Amino acid sequence: MARNIQSLERAAAMLRLLAGGERRLGLSDIASSLGLAKGTAHGILRTLQQEGFVEQDAASGRYQLGAELLRLGNSYLDVHELRARALVWTDDLARSSGESVYLGVLHQQGVLIVHHVFRPDDSRQVLEVGAMQPLHSTALGKVLAAYDPVAHSEVMEGERQSFTAHTVTEAESFEGVLDLTRARGYAADTEETWEGIASVAAPIHDRRRMPVGAVGITGAVERVSPEGELRSELIAAVRDCARAVSRDLGASRF
Amino acid sequence: MTDAHTAGTPSHDGPFIAAIDQGTTSSRCIVFDRDGRIVSVDQKEHEQIFPKPGWVEHNATEIWNNVEEVVAGAISKAGITRDDIKAIGITNQRETTLLWDRTTGEPVHNAIVWQDTRTDGLCKELGRNVGQDRFRRETGLPLASYFAGPKARWLLDNVEGLRERAETGDILFGTMDSWVIWNLTGGVNGGKHVTDVTNASRTMLMNLHTMKWDERIADSIGVPMRMLPEIRSSAEVYGEVSGGKLGDLLGGIPVASALGDQQAALFGQTCFEEGEAKSTYGTGTFMLMNTGEKAINSYSGLLTTVGYQIGDQKPVYALEGSIAVTGSLVQWMRDQMGLINSAAEIETLASSVEDNGGAYFVPAFSGLFAPYWRSDARGVIAGLTRYVTKAHIARAVLEATAWQTREITDAMTKDSGVELAALKVDGGMTSNNLLMQTLSDFLDAPVVRPMVAETTCLGAAYAAGLAVGFWSSTDDLRANWRRAAEWTPRMDAATRDREYKSWLKAVERSMGWLEDDES
Repeated sequence: MARNIQSLERAAAMLRLLAGGERRLGLSDIASSLGLAKGTAHGILRTLQQEGFVEQDAASGRYQLGAELLRLGNSYLDVHELRARALVWTDDLARSSGESVYLGVLHQQGVLIVHHVFRPDDSRQVLEVGAMQPLHSTALGKVLAAYDPVAHSEVMEGERQSFTAHTVTEAESFEGVLDLTRARGYAADTEETWEGIASVAAPIHDRRRMPVGAVGITGAVERVSPEGELRSELIAAVRDCARAVSRDLGASRF
Repeated sequence: MTDAHTAGTPSHDGPFIAAIDQGTTSSRCIVFDRDGRIVSVDQKEHEQIFPKPGWVEHNATEIWNNVEEVVAGAISKAGITRDDIKAIGITNQRETTLLWDRTTGEPVHNAIVWQDTRTDGLCKELGRNVGQDRFRRETGLPLASYFAGPKARWLLDNVEGLRERAETGDILFGTMDSWVIWNLTGGVNGGKHVTDVTNASRTMLMNLHTMKWDERIADSIGVPMRMLPEIRSSAEVYGEVSGGKLGDLLGGIPVASALGDQQAALFGQTCFEEGEAKSTYGTGTFMLMNTGEKAINSYSGLLTTVGYQIGDQKPVYALEGSIAVTGSLVQWMRDQMGLINSAAEIETLASSVEDNGGAYFVPAFSGLFAPYWRSDARGVIAGLTRYVTKAHIARAVLEATAWQTREITDAMTKDSGVELAALKVDGGMTSNNLLMQTLSDFLDAPVVRPMVAETTCLGAAYAAGLAVGFWSSTDDLRANWRRAAEWTPRMDAATRDREYKSWLKAVERSMGWLEDDES
C-alpha cells in the first residue's frame, strides 16, 4: 500500500472536526482533540485558511469552516439550469441558421443531449432530449473532448468506431482533430457520424472558464457545408450562441 | 441580451414594429422584424408599493417615465430611426386601475394593482343578495377584487374631493393601456382616451355581448360614465405619437394596438381558430382558449373574456382559467423547504425517480381556484408512506402543475364542447422538459413550444402590424409561427386514469380545512 501524506490526513481530520458538533473551535481545542502539538496544528490551519477552507473569527480567534468549501460542494452545473439559461439563445440560433440545434454534455462515454430545438420548418420532428451521441465523431463530442480533460481521456481510452468512410478513428489523427478544434474554437462533423449530415459546434464555459457543455447545429450536408466548405455565417452564429450562453452562466446563478 | 441578439445573426431588414409591454414588475419594449424575430429589447423595473398587508400599488408617473425610457432604449439598441418603425403596439398588466386629471395629466393616486385585495369587502357588498355572480351574465366575471370597476369606486370613495371632480368631467379612468396610449398620443395636448375590448372586458363595466359600457352596472358599482375611455378594437390606429420625449424621437408613428397581457400571448401564439389554446407557465399559470364568435357562459368556474378584436371584424371570445400556484410551488421548494438550490434543479431531483411513489401535492396555499373556488381549502401532501423520498415529492410538485392544467382543460371542454387538439405553451417553466412531457401525458394531447418565447410582446406587435398593413392577414402571422419543440403523450390510458383518480382524491382532502369563520 502506498504511503499516505500525513499533513493531508491531519488537515482532513481538522475539517471533519470543524464540520461536526460545536462549529467554532479554538487552536488548543483542535490541537488536543487531534493529539497534535499546537505549532503543528497552527501551521495546518494557516494553510487551510489561505485556501479559504477555514476561516478565523476576528473577535474570538476561533476557527470555523470557510466559504470555499460550500462553493466546492455546489460547483457542479445542473444540466437543467444549463438548458434554462440556453433557451432563448438556442431558439435564436435555430431561427437564424434554419437548422436544428442541440446542446450536449459529457455523460459516461458519450454526449448526452440535454436540449434540442427543432429546425424551423413545418416538418414533423421528434424531440431527441435524452439521446446519446458518440464523442469521437460528432461536432458536440469533439468540442467536449478538446476542452474537457475527462471527456478527452474517455475518448482516447474508449473504442472509436468507424461509422462512415470519413470517421477519424486513429489516435494520432484524432489528437490532430482536437488540436485544430482548440485552435479554431469550434468543431465540425461532415458526414463522419451519419451519411448526408453535417454539424458545427462550439464550447460553453461557466464562470470559472470550466467547459460545461457544447452547443451546435445539425443539418443536411448540402446546406451546412455546400461544396465541402462549412458556411462561415453558420460557424459565426454557433460561436455567438455559445458565447451568449457562457456569458449568461457567468452572471450570478440565480 | 440585446447585444448578442443583434450581433452575429444575419442583419435584420427593416421596416419594424415596436411593442411595449407594461407589466406588473417592469416595462419593456421589444422591436420585431417582419419574420417576428426579436431585433432589440430594453426593460426597466418599477417599484412595488405595499402600503398595508394585501395592498399593492404602482406609481403611474414612474411607469410612464420608464415606458419612455425603454422605447427610446430599444430603438437606439436596434440602431434604427423613426422611418424604420411602422407602428407601436401595447400590451399591459390587466385590471390595474388608475385615475388621473385630464388638465394636468397628474395621477390622483397611485395605481391600484390587480393583486390588491382592498376591494374584497366592497365586492361582497356589491353582490348584495345575489352574490358573486350578480354581473356575470353581462360581464363574464364574478365579483372579485382583481377587476378594475370596484377599484375605481374605492378611489372615488377614499380620495378626498375626487367624486365631485369626477362628476364634472375632470377625471379620467383607465387601465394601464389607456394611461400609456393617452400619454403617447399627446397627454394633456389632445391625448386619446381609449381602451381596447380585452382590457375593457376586465373592468366588470363592459357588456360582453354589445362591447359597450353597461350603464346600469356602472351605476350599481358607482363609477360615473363620463370618466370612462372610449372602447375600441384591439388592432386599429388610435392616434399618433406626439409631444414629450418620444414626440421628438418617434412623432407621427401610429399607435395601433392594445391587448391585455394574456390575450396578447394568445394572439402571439397565433391561436386564431376556435378550440386553440395557450397556457403561460410562470409564478402562476394562465390558460386561454379561443371560443370563436361565441361568448360562452362558464358553469365550471372559468372566466368569459374577450380574446381580441381586429379592426371592424367581429370580436373573438375566450374562456380563461388560472392556476394560482405553479412556478411559485417550485420556488417554495427552493426557498422555504431548501430541497433544491435553483428552480431548474427540481427537474434533476424529480428525474432521479421513476414516479411519484404514491405522493400527491395539492398546493392550495390560498384556497382552490378554478374550477373549484374553495377558499376553505389549504395545501396537502397526500399518500405519504415510509417509502416516499424528497425526489418523489419533487415529482409530485411538477405533477401538481400538470394535473391543475388538466382540470382547467376539462372545464373548458365541458363549457365549450370543444376538445383540446394541442396545447401551445410559453413562459419560464417551459424549459422544464419533464414537466412538459408530464403535461402531454396527463392531457393526452401534444404540447407545443413556439420558437419565440416573448409571445406577449409579439402579440401586441402582430396586432399593431395588422392594423397598419405591415402584415396582411392572420395567415401571414401563422406563417411566422415556428415549432421549437413538441412533446407527445407516452402514458397509457389506464395509468393516466388511475393517477387522475388519485389526484382528485387528494384535492378532496384539501377542502374544508378552514372553519367557516376563518375563510
